[in-house]
Amino acid sequence: MNRNGNTYTFIYASAMVVVVAAILSTVAMSLKPLQKRNFEIEKKKNILASVNIASTAENAEEIYDKKVLKSYVVNINGEEKEGDAFNTDIKKEMAKPIEERVLPVYECQTEDGMKYVFPLRGSGLWGPIWGYISLNEDLNTIYGANFDHEGETPGLGAEISTELFESQFKDNKRLFDEAGNLVSIVVAKVGEVAPKQHKVDGISGGTITSKGLEKMLLDDFTNYKEFLKKKKS
Amino acid sequence: MSDRDPLFSKKNLKLLSDPMNNSNPITVQVLGICSALAVTAQLKPSVVMAISVVAVLALANVIISLLRNTIPNRIRIIVQLVVIAALVILVDQILKAYVYDVSKQLSVFVGLIITNCIIMGRLEAFALGNKPWQSFLDGMGNAAGYGVILIIVGFFRELFGAGTLYGYKIIPDSWYIANGGFYENNGLMVLSPMALVAVGIIIWVQRSKNRQLIED
Repeated sequence: MNRNGNTYTFIYASAMVVVVAAILSTVAMSLKPLQKRNFEIEKKKNILASVNIASTAENAEEIYDKKVLKSYVVNINGEEKEGDAFNTDIKKEMAKPIEERVLPVYECQTEDGMKYVFPLRGSGLWGPIWGYISLNEDLNTIYGANFDHEGETPGLGAEISTELFESQFKDNKRLFDEAGNLVSIVVAKVGEVAPKQHKVDGISGGTITSKGLEKMLLDDFTNYKEFLKKKKS
Repeated sequence: MSDRDPLFSKKNLKLLSDPMNNSNPITVQVLGICSALAVTAQLKPSVVMAISVVAVLALANVIISLLRNTIPNRIRIIVQLVVIAALVILVDQILKAYVYDVSKQLSVFVGLIITNCIIMGRLEAFALGNKPWQSFLDGMGNAAGYGVILIIVGFFRELFGAGTLYGYKIIPDSWYIANGGFYENNGLMVLSPMALVAVGIIIWVQRSKNRQLIED
């Protein structure tokens, strides 16, 4: 057969694509369980990090089982719903109409008492950003925070996942003002004015990511507002 | 492998050793610089990246060399790309399954192996015209030559930038100014421009030892 003919070229290309596709899908399917487990461990690590407990891939599950006493899902009106908090896919939930959404809540036992952990998800510059915020028992003061991202620029937007940025949230920041209105946290640019307890410094060169994070905090805690109010009273 | 040529003949070994020195892909041919600057802030990702590139390049070279007489000339670049991309996805999936934290650190760079010019360059320049065993050695040699530079750069950047090696503390805490000592980590080391300077210094050292490489 003529190796440079059209027929040969077409057959060759088609056969190659089929073979490669078969190999790749087989491998992807067989490694899926392992990858899923890694993903779950990572999630547990992040939840623990938001209540300022350091863990490694080896001991994360053990510590998680010990510290996270309760997890459940609530709806926008703050009523508890049926569902598994840990396996709730926040990305899928966000695509649903707001009334049907379920919002996970975790209750963690720490050295400083009971903490409530709330998962968040929003958009940065290049892709999704997400994180966990833990609140003290007053359901107002932030106890700790952990953020992560998919593809923000290293050194700029990606700095949101660094200790330096996250530790700002530990400094007595509050979600509600004295009148009880939800103010959330302003991730401020230089010169931006906001009360100290509602403000953290944004990232130089990462303004869009910083503002995305600010929007994520406000949007997601708006959804949790009724739950927080109910729980407080 | 021809009958006349033993497995490790001088000619074959030269395929392995040449890229380490006289035709090093990074310091002499200045290929694959992008990833060399990006992943070398620490030793661990450098090592993993080096191993990944060795695996991808050696295998891709062998596969292309085995197929070399069947590949239609007009779509050979596409065939090369498909082979590389498939191998890279395999590596990425395996990293995700077995060393998750490293795969998170390397994130987009594993995917970028696909566009690493060293790999396409070796496929086009060597594997298409040579037998599988020679192609395997050539792939190993070139990827190792790339990996060695990555590891050297990663070693110095992590040591001076973070005071650790492979995540273990090397510089004692008491040396730091914050603890009353005299030492401070060099923050510039963790930024990519310093990798370029480090590669530059390696090129300088190499050329001062190997006069052949100096152009007029």
